[in-house]
Amino acid sequence: MRNNLEASNKTAFLTGMKHGIPIALGYFAVAFTLGIVAKKAGVTALQSMIVSATNAASAGEYVGFTLIGEKAAYIELAIMTLVANARYMLLSCALSQKFSDKMKNIHRFLLGCFITDEIFGISISVPGKLNPFYTYGAAAVSVPAWSVGTYLGVVMGNILPKNVVSALSVGLYGMFIAIIIPPSKKDKKIASLVVISMVASYLSARIPLIASISSGTRIIFITVVISSVAALLFPLKEERKDEA
Amino acid sequence: MTHNIYIYMLIMALVTYLIRVLPLTLIRKEITNTFIRSFLYYVPYVTLAAMTFPAMMDATDSPVAGAIAFIFAIILAWKGASLFVVSVLACIMVFVIELMPFIH
Repeated sequence: MRNNLEASNKTAFLTGMKHGIPIALGYFAVAFTLGIVAKKAGVTALQSMIVSATNAASAGEYVGFTLIGEKAAYIELAIMTLVANARYMLLSCALSQKFSDKMKNIHRFLLGCFITDEIFGISISVPGKLNPFYTYGAAAVSVPAWSVGTYLGVVMGNILPKNVVSALSVGLYGMFIAIIIPPSKKDKKIASLVVISMVASYLSARIPLIASISSGTRIIFITVVISSVAALLFPLKEERKDEA
Repeated sequence: MTHNIYIYMLIMALVTYLIRVLPLTLIRKEITNTFIRSFLYYVPYVTLAAMTFPAMMDATDSPVAGAIAFIFAIILAWKGASLFVVSVLACIMVFVIELMPFIH
């Protein structure tokens, strides 16, 4: 029994690592550009690598580095970090429902280090309950890529050809698409939500006044409004409890 | 007033961690409220969709390349390609399209 459990943790970890590869590629490219921002703010390569390892948050780190460059007050940095990363709170609420009752407490504290949009995206889409080792596997390849990418971004600036950075930068989005399309194919409600969310996101990014709000805040707003309306119009039925 | 870089770093790490860990540790039970359960069920789809579009077109040097890769990725995912395949082929698509001289 115990052996089985360990084997399945190992399998989950390895599967997580495999699924973490595209995340790592995308992270590397994005982190590289983030490193360039860090350098402008006067943060050293090592410091920026530590920030990336301890935050693993693109928008949050971007805001943070920018404020550090402006020598902002500590409280301002704290508030803006909260605003830029507030969507993780929603993601964590959703992920909290994915745990088995038997899962040890320590995993909740560890998983808290790794809830990025991407790692969350693959973790929430595993069938049934989440084995935390799946998430650790994904984090084990992607968080180092994120941290090293930031480091190299500071050190090497613009060495990587521009078109390579451009190509790598869609890797993350390709993965998001691969997460949301298969359920959309099966469920028309999800398909319509996906389309509506994209249209709302497009409009909010292009309408002058709204577009000046940070993208993190716009996405929180869209997520709360559309998910609430969807929850009112299409409440989940009781028997689907285990699926969600 | 001077600011210490390490205090800045500590604030960022701490705030970010708390945002993530509080819901994970405080929500211990399976939520039974239908509205909240439904809301949380829809959150990932809405948030991932909103993050992907139009950001994917803004991420590439040429928005056209990003848009084509976006459609290409949807088709691949619809046909059942894996996360990794969709992701890598979307990157390759952008690279190839941006090599074309008439795309800017």
